[in-house]
Amino acid sequence: MATAHADPHDEYSPLKHQYEDIEQQNECYTVGMWTFLVTEIMFFGALFFTYTLYRWNYQEDFYLAHEHLNVTLGAINTTILLFSSFTMVMGVHYAQLKDKLKVLGSLTVTMGCAFAFLVIKYFEYAEKFRDHLYPGANFTTDAASLHGANLNHAQLFFGLYFGMTGLHAIHIIIGILCIGTLAGMWAKGNKLVTEDYLPTEMIGLYWHFVDLVWIFLFPLMYLMPQPYK
Amino acid sequence: MSATPIDNTLLATGPVEEPVNYLNVDHSIKSWLLTGDHKRIAILYLFSTLFFFFLGSVAASMIRLELTSPVGMILESETYNKVFTAHGVIMIFFFLVPAIPAVLGNFLVPLMIGARDLAFPRLNLLSWYLYIIAGALILTVLATGGVDTGWTFYTPYSSMYSNSQVTMSIIAVFLAGFSSIFTGINFIVTIHKMRAPGMTWFRLPLFVWAAYATSVVVILGTPVVAITLLLVVFERVFHLPIFNPELGGDPVLFQHLFWFYSHPAVYIMILPAFGVQSELIANFSRKRVFGYHFVAFSTLAISALGFVVWGHHMFISSESMYQSVVFSLISFLVAVPSAIKIFNWTATLYKGTIRLQAPMLYALGFMGLFTVGGLTGLFLASLGTDVHLTNTYFIVAHFHYVMVGGSITAFMGGLHYWWPKMTGKIYNDGIAKVNALLVFVGFNLTFFPQFIAGFVGMPRRYHYYYLIPEVQAYHILSTAGASVLAISFVIPAVYLLQSLKSGPKASANPWGAHGLEWETQSPPITFNFTETPIVTDEVYDFDPVSEFEQERANAEMTDPGNDAAVTHTGEELPSGGTE
Repeated sequence: MATAHADPHDEYSPLKHQYEDIEQQNECYTVGMWTFLVTEIMFFGALFFTYTLYRWNYQEDFYLAHEHLNVTLGAINTTILLFSSFTMVMGVHYAQLKDKLKVLGSLTVTMGCAFAFLVIKYFEYAEKFRDHLYPGANFTTDAASLHGANLNHAQLFFGLYFGMTGLHAIHIIIGILCIGTLAGMWAKGNKLVTEDYLPTEMIGLYWHFVDLVWIFLFPLMYLMPQPYK
Repeated sequence: MSATPIDNTLLATGPVEEPVNYLNVDHSIKSWLLTGDHKRIAILYLFSTLFFFFLGSVAASMIRLELTSPVGMILESETYNKVFTAHGVIMIFFFLVPAIPAVLGNFLVPLMIGARDLAFPRLNLLSWYLYIIAGALILTVLATGGVDTGWTFYTPYSSMYSNSQVTMSIIAVFLAGFSSIFTGINFIVTIHKMRAPGMTWFRLPLFVWAAYATSVVVILGTPVVAITLLLVVFERVFHLPIFNPELGGDPVLFQHLFWFYSHPAVYIMILPAFGVQSELIANFSRKRVFGYHFVAFSTLAISALGFVVWGHHMFISSESMYQSVVFSLISFLVAVPSAIKIFNWTATLYKGTIRLQAPMLYALGFMGLFTVGGLTGLFLASLGTDVHLTNTYFIVAHFHYVMVGGSITAFMGGLHYWWPKMTGKIYNDGIAKVNALLVFVGFNLTFFPQFIAGFVGMPRRYHYYYLIPEVQAYHILSTAGASVLAISFVIPAVYLLQSLKSGPKASANPWGAHGLEWETQSPPITFNFTETPIVTDEVYDFDPVSEFEQERANAEMTDPGNDAAVTHTGEELPSGGTE
């Protein structure tokens, strides 16, 4: 009887007790991660819906307000995130080959890109704060900063800008924590990740999702065409 | 189900030492607080959700007492707002949403599909901790002045004007939401990938189908309300003017996004109840659920349709006529799969060998109450009548018939049905039966008068009604019913707890039921089954042997001394009476 309570698998195996075999475990990881990503899509989906509605209502003002965003910095950040996705893929690739050093290298570069993204984001935000473009009582009335946009609707635009990019930045930070934990497990040679590449791939999936959100945010916020009059 | 026979039941007869099970394997507090076992987490959830049920009930009692007089009894207007908000927030987000999935679902889904545990035990534990943190926050809200927005947190009141604890309440609801998302992810993965060999989709118990459909709604809906409420917090704390009409924001957008979750949330609360109901009806009429496939697919149909009817909460909130017509039409469509279920359960009863034990009484009560709740929903889905009835006690009565009459009745039925499996003890069926009747009577007395009060014009969320004093009689009836209902929730607490102390031991299958969860010992071992079961037939495949088992189970119920083994071989055993 007592044996039934012991872990049915070897404690040094990457296989957890609730699974029959490693295939089942990996399938569970995959389905679980994609399900989680569905919740994330719904999470950001509501935000994108809100954005779409207001941009549709206030096309001219959103266009004018968006001119204050720094397209160059945004484009650099986009490139950085795309590159980090590439290094993440390389990390998963080397995880399949069980090449510990190269995995650690790839993950480190990915985290470096994430930090670089946040630093650039910091300078972008600082610029907006300097020009009093943060919504609220201190919002600027300077027509030059607003590029002629309606004061109220510009607040709405910057409200969405800070809300959406802010939540995205929080996801970047969570990503850094996840990749950091993963890198730590690789460094310690934890068999959960070294013997089974799936956890690395799952963190990778999350990271690609975070990148993908930015791929939508960048054109929506920074690259608006002039609306038809 | 004729899965691999397990001999644990023989151990249950061993007089000296109780066999090891998930409860007695380790008694330390640490082993509970750091457990990965889905059954222990279910027990943790049971006690924590019941605590919040108690809190919500206290708030309900205050509301009922206040309403016995047209000019109020005990509460000031502002306090009254906070009390009904507390009642709504606690009952919905902290009791109804987690009650059946996180308690019964957590306990039963792995057992029913023949798995050792849920796919992600630690995520499951995290879900409970999030719930507890959320609960602690909501207690802090109550202790620091409460929140007065109503459970719906409508903007712009919640975002711009209310100076109660809106932010903290929303963060609590947000965390509770993620707790149910994690449970949902766990169920979806577990049901997809961890079924025992031979457990095909159409051999699954309907409870598992319900848990699956609920989880789909949870993962698609909850993130939307999470971000919507978060935007309200952003507006309050960071001044992002998303719903601010002064700056061109749209407060009605909040209602759209909120009801996009909160209408499906109704199905999060009722679909698991349907699942419990199917199990109870099948096992207590000893028959396969009539039209199994239809019941299973109607569950999915409800969860799909549930996402396209949210506009019926907004017929009077600046919705266009054409929008309203479409939403009204689709809302009527939801009645179809719901009716399929009711008719199929009724057909299951037909020529069944019906056993009127306590869980079955709850199940029968459910059918009547849910039918009333569902059909009055159609009054509210019709545009003309809705304009008259919106924001009256008619709506209050309608959703209480669905939520209390449906979900809570099913929860009580399910709790009674699986109690022997969860605890290994048998409660007193006689008192339980009387109590089931008491719930039914108390419930109807509480909520039926509210239909009439609402119809003649009593608005919801008001506590002064001196302009229509004639509704006082209905309120007094309702309060009297609430007292009966309160007693009928205290009594089970007494006899269920008493059964833990001195109840007779339950055999592996005290109901003579069919299903994998009854093939392991009561209470089960930590990994559920000594070896992975192999399923060869469908779940509601009752055979004459079960009849025999049922007789024996009845004998056990009345005769505590007898907990002899139940066998699956079909060989006639002497009834083993020890009187």
